Amino acid sequence: MYVYDDFDRTLVDERVREFRNQVGRRLSGELTEEEFKPLRLMNGVYLQLHAYMLRIAIPYGTLSAEQMRTLARVARRYDRNYGHFTTRQNIQFNWIKLEELPDALAELARSGLHAMQTSGNCVRNITTDQWAGVAPDEIEDPRLWAELLRQHLTLHPEFTFLPRKFKIALSAAAHDRAAVKVHDIGLRMHKNGAGETGFEVIVGGGLGRTPFIGKTIKPFLPKRDLLSYVEAILRTYNQWGRRDNIYKARIKILVHELGAEKFAREVEEEWQAIKDGALALDAAAVDDIASRFRHPDYEVLADNPPELAKIRNGAREEDKRFRRWLDNSVTNHKVAGYSIVTLSLKPVGEPPGDATAPQMDAIADLADRYSFGEIRVGHEQNLVLPHVAQRDLPVVWRALDAIGVATPNVSLISDIIACPGLDYCSLANARSIPVAEEITRRFKDLDLAHNLGRLHINISGCINACGHHHIGHIGILGVEKNGEEYYQVTIGGRADEAAELGTILGPAVPYGEIADVVEDIAAAYLELRERPDEIFLHTVQRVGVEPFKERVYAAR
Amino acid sequence: MQLVKAGRIVEDRFVRVLDDAPLPEGVPVLLPAARLLADARDLVLRQAPIGVIWPNDRKIAELAPYLDWLALVALVFPTFKDGRAYSQARLLRERHQFRGELRATGQVLRDQLLFLQRAGFDSFEVKKDNDAAAFAEAVHRYSVFYQPTGDGRLSARNARASRLVPTAAFQDRPEVVR
Amino acid sequence: MTSPLQQKLKVTGPVVVTANRLGDGAVVYRTADGHWTNDLAAAAVVTTAPAATEILTAAVADRLKAVDAYVAPVRLTPEHGVLPGNLREQIRFNGPTVALPGASPA
Repeated sequence: MYVYDDFDRTLVDERVREFRNQVGRRLSGELTEEEFKPLRLMNGVYLQLHAYMLRIAIPYGTLSAEQMRTLARVARRYDRNYGHFTTRQNIQFNWIKLEELPDALAELARSGLHAMQTSGNCVRNITTDQWAGVAPDEIEDPRLWAELLRQHLTLHPEFTFLPRKFKIALSAAAHDRAAVKVHDIGLRMHKNGAGETGFEVIVGGGLGRTPFIGKTIKPFLPKRDLLSYVEAILRTYNQWGRRDNIYKARIKILVHELGAEKFAREVEEEWQAIKDGALALDAAAVDDIASRFRHPDYEVLADNPPELAKIRNGAREEDKRFRRWLDNSVTNHKVAGYSIVTLSLKPVGEPPGDATAPQMDAIADLADRYSFGEIRVGHEQNLVLPHVAQRDLPVVWRALDAIGVATPNVSLISDIIACPGLDYCSLANARSIPVAEEITRRFKDLDLAHNLGRLHINISGCINACGHHHIGHIGILGVEKNGEEYYQVTIGGRADEAAELGTILGPAVPYGEIADVVEDIAAAYLELRERPDEIFLHTVQRVGVEPFKERVYAAR
Repeated sequence: MQLVKAGRIVEDRFVRVLDDAPLPEGVPVLLPAARLLADARDLVLRQAPIGVIWPNDRKIAELAPYLDWLALVALVFPTFKDGRAYSQARLLRERHQFRGELRATGQVLRDQLLFLQRAGFDSFEVKKDNDAAAFAEAVHRYSVFYQPTGDGRLSARNARASRLVPTAAFQDRPEVVR
Repeated sequence: MTSPLQQKLKVTGPVVVTANRLGDGAVVYRTADGHWTNDLAAAAVVTTAPAATEILTAAVADRLKAVDAYVAPVRLTPEHGVLPGNLREQIRFNGPTVALPGASPA
């Protein structure tokens, strides 16, 4: 993971000092709310239903154990002992006081954490695959390029007042775990015919009111040109993105209205003028950033060590539970003898994606002891210990189990992705957390969940789609009808390299029925699937939406 | 509203002529884009300086033919959240090498002054008197800049490259007592 | 539950003016004597659009203490007095409808 040098640290410290000044001028009345709001948004500070919310950046989802401990401290000192991990690999605190924010930010800054550009009409946290650097199917670690982009786009004077928010994601594996096709810019690392690695540049993807799958405007961009080409895209967007209507201000609308080809030509014209200038990345520039990336000093180990083999064959109840977790939450690592461990933050009946301060501390300790001090945050709102030696899996599991982050439901029906919804968010139409909780209760039987297999449920409390419902295998969107909470269901969405938006199932159903509908869909799937290993998504793709629609709406 | 130039509050020597009135003799004038484009052939012969107010939704390329003899280009921020003029400013300075006065007008507030300066603006019609007085504070808030713009400030990349030893990760350094 | 801040002022029942306190974001209600309270029972309750507009105007002008003021419905009950008038206002008054994780420090 990247370790700050004194330039990076100084910038964050100066940002804290500037924000302290701005908060002071707001509290004294020198700044009106209208003048202050964009400034606080650029520092990740929202005003929600009950309190201010602070969104802290976790750049491309990588966190050190020390940083996790700092988050726990901030949760205890300035909030209510917990934090919420988001679909963009950030963390949110929901009860922050504006008056205390500068102090909280100063504390975060000491560990190199900040909240810069986690909101506002600027470039947001750049996200990537939570298995970056350790997945066997990766061609190279995309985080180096994410960091190069992050620095270039932090407090960029030209792109701080864009028409609307701007989200960038990178992926470098055959299987896209970063949803690059539904971002404003998606960058897919791949090799060309000559064996060189570069970026497929995809523009204009996004969810929300008008969802779009992104369009490829440059099939292969050499690494050298990454910054200049992104600059050309942003400059084109900054000048010509719509500013008359906030619902039509994202780059996806500009790409749609111009057409992808015309948009690509505009970008190309601008890019030709700057590609050989100061933004061209030479080896020295890349090596400098790479030099501050710390990589684990892996031991030379063998796969399936005796500690593991013993429990694989064990007959005790505890052994069975361990095996279930092993099969569900542990995946192959590119280095022999190691594994990637996912920590489920989706316990039955609890808000999805939350961690308490004590849990954060315990996870930090485990990361130090068993994961080279590194933790990842996934956009599915789970955590990852990316470098666990297979021989340590039994002891790691016991520790994770003891703190409640070892529910073996990763990627199953109860591993729900949900926005905070009406319980917290002033934009919401309906609640999402209690819906998620009820669904997990209906599917708390692990045998049932395992039988249903890989099944992603995404819940959004409003059309802004922070829960990414459009790309859920089952998507649930909260709407309002006559002052009551209703939920519209879609099925068949997916966020990977074959990204597709879900199809609406039928009329929205009331709050009291939504969990029943999910049970009906699950039951329909079990009836309709060809074989046990045909996952829900593939069944939907094979038989279409109608059979599901019939079963769900037959009695309604 | 105060005009800030070279870090100080100054008098505006340019007279705004926003209609078709004849231009006052021998004084610098600031004209709307339409007037400049319509009267360019006459204006180019004028001795006293000429400035133009260029709207934020027109391409800078349209203005390029006149930059040689324009003393001032004023760009517009209808609200401070409308950031189109930042791109216009950079294109003027870095693409077209405009060397005249580049002025930010409209809703120009303290917290954008450093961004404006980095984008190439060198004069500012600052909305609030307090903000004008705080110009020096505003543009000195940061000593580290990640991106090169045309403003001449050293980018982090160049600063790092110019060090004789590679910059070490902060954790490797001895504890600094705060 | 669409944000009331985007709605035209239409008063069909008892309403109060509510906002968030600047310093800490807490939910507050406008009182008859021009202050802010977090006790709904102490809020000024009106039933006509002109009356609501008057209070709202004064509240919005008082920008130093509270932000994003708007008119919110309430219910008047004999047993409990003034209660929030819809789910959104209930949640603002009572907090999230779900238990907070880590509510009691381990």
